[in-house]
Amino acid sequence: MNQAAAKPRTSKLIKGATGDWEIVVGMEVHAQVTSHAKLFSGAPTGFGGAPNDHVSLVDAAMPGMLPVINGECVAQAVRTGLGLDAEINLRSVFDRKNYFYPDLPQGYQISQYKQPIVGEGTVTVDLADGETVTVGIERLHLEQDAGKSIHDQHATMSFVDLNRSGVALMEIVSKPDIRSADQAKAFLTKLRSILRYLGTCDGDMEKGNLRADVNVSVRRPGEPLGTRCEIKNVNSIRFVGQAIDFEARRQVGLIEDGGTVEQETRLFDPGRGETRSMRSKEEAHDYRYFPDPDLLPLEFDQAYVDQLAAGLPELPDARKERFVGAFGLSPYDADVLVAEKENAEYFEAVAEGRDPKIAANWVINELAGRLNREGREIADSPVSTEQLGAIIDLIGEGTISGKIAKDLFEIVWAEGGDPRVVVDERGMKQVTDTGAIEALVDEIIAANPDKARQVREKPAMLGWFVGQVMKASQGKANPQAVNALLKEKLGV
Amino acid sequence: MSVDKDIVKRVARLARIAVSDEEAEALKGELNTILGFVEQLNEVDVTGVEPMTSVVAVEMKKRTDVVTERDQAAKIVANAPVREEHFFVVPKVVE
Repeated sequence: MNQAAAKPRTSKLIKGATGDWEIVVGMEVHAQVTSHAKLFSGAPTGFGGAPNDHVSLVDAAMPGMLPVINGECVAQAVRTGLGLDAEINLRSVFDRKNYFYPDLPQGYQISQYKQPIVGEGTVTVDLADGETVTVGIERLHLEQDAGKSIHDQHATMSFVDLNRSGVALMEIVSKPDIRSADQAKAFLTKLRSILRYLGTCDGDMEKGNLRADVNVSVRRPGEPLGTRCEIKNVNSIRFVGQAIDFEARRQVGLIEDGGTVEQETRLFDPGRGETRSMRSKEEAHDYRYFPDPDLLPLEFDQAYVDQLAAGLPELPDARKERFVGAFGLSPYDADVLVAEKENAEYFEAVAEGRDPKIAANWVINELAGRLNREGREIADSPVSTEQLGAIIDLIGEGTISGKIAKDLFEIVWAEGGDPRVVVDERGMKQVTDTGAIEALVDEIIAANPDKARQVREKPAMLGWFVGQVMKASQGKANPQAVNALLKEKLGV
Repeated sequence: MSVDKDIVKRVARLARIAVSDEEAEALKGELNTILGFVEQLNEVDVTGVEPMTSVVAVEMKKRTDVVTERDQAAKIVANAPVREEHFFVVPKVVE
């Protein structure tokens, strides 16, 4: 139990009928290692594929087959450990975790039990309300994924596809340092971001390449830990939040009604938004772990770790610091930009040689907003970094107004093209010629003599005049020039 | 250490081996003889001795991250008692 994290914040407590309760959450995250071949065989790891096409004789557990470890999977686990500021164990051991299931042809999963490759580390999580939480990492170990059973193809038979069997997974176990559904969601988001920056897991939750088992318990603030329930295989960040909220309330209700929480495994049903007991397990698991005699201990030296450390990319926390320190962005904007590696790279390309704050504003508000509305990723943005950069340059040069720039953005989004050419061809250039603006100003004042009189008592009405002149110029007049001229002519 | 009939039944169940009561009784005797034989090892003091993982001092060999086997589903399921479209087919199991 991490004492530093044990200080309850009243805002995180849930109100029961008999007083306040604190939620305690720990997570086990399964992250598929990014590699070409499987952990112990030369079969491919690609998603999909025809049934049993991505299977070697090792993955099918044919007699006499021996596992040979994939060096890249080891490197990926070490990189991940380094990214989690964790202790790297120069010696670790593979064990057999024994159980029977048709999608596990060996009858055991090769995993790591008492001596994992990565030990204790930390993840720093920034929440939307400005709070920062440090979540401890207990360990990270390498293990094999199982195959897949399909139950709906036949009335009395199940179909087994071993394409995933033997794919390398990293199981990342957090300490029970999480105190709310929001913290849990932020933790998983941050962990996913770190993995994606490192390139050690693609974080694709829809394909099941990242999934979480969520351990939830409740207690009175300051009291020892309560009995936990484990919610298995939650495959979206939103569901993690919903599952915790539901489960915590269920446990509080149970205890307040005089009952007790039974330690058990539960499933989250997204359709109903509730967790359900997996009642089929009448007997407790007995995995009978023992060191796998087919595999020697996994050993490497510190030089190997140092070499991998030297090759690590910049991670989200460092990048955020740089965006705030060197670019002068607000911590909030920096957070938004660094969360996805692709967004941060896009922003940096646009900000190169330009005002970073203006670039951030365009990427976060105009581009990301538009992408969100259409459910697209920045990788397939119709507006390239060069195009967005050119739009920002055109504003900076005074060629177009900020308002026209938004129209220009829409045109480039929908039709493409070089923004400079579009501006020329469609006559979108800002009018900075004072003579032309003056003529428009005079025209508007002459057409509205009543309002011109009123504005002297109510200077706030100036805005109405600005609006009229801008409208008459089809948005092309320079707003500063319009403002100055109106003030002069109306005597405000 | 010694085993009783309940432990024999439980180990058999974990190994998915059907063992009748009479067989369990007989197995109990056999297993206890084996355990007793192995227990002689306890006479050796191994305090501070690292468990041996291999008789020769070698480092574990690693493979490079290259796909060497694929598209052999027919071969994989060739010996399966029941198969369909390259799936293994087994009696229905639902969690």
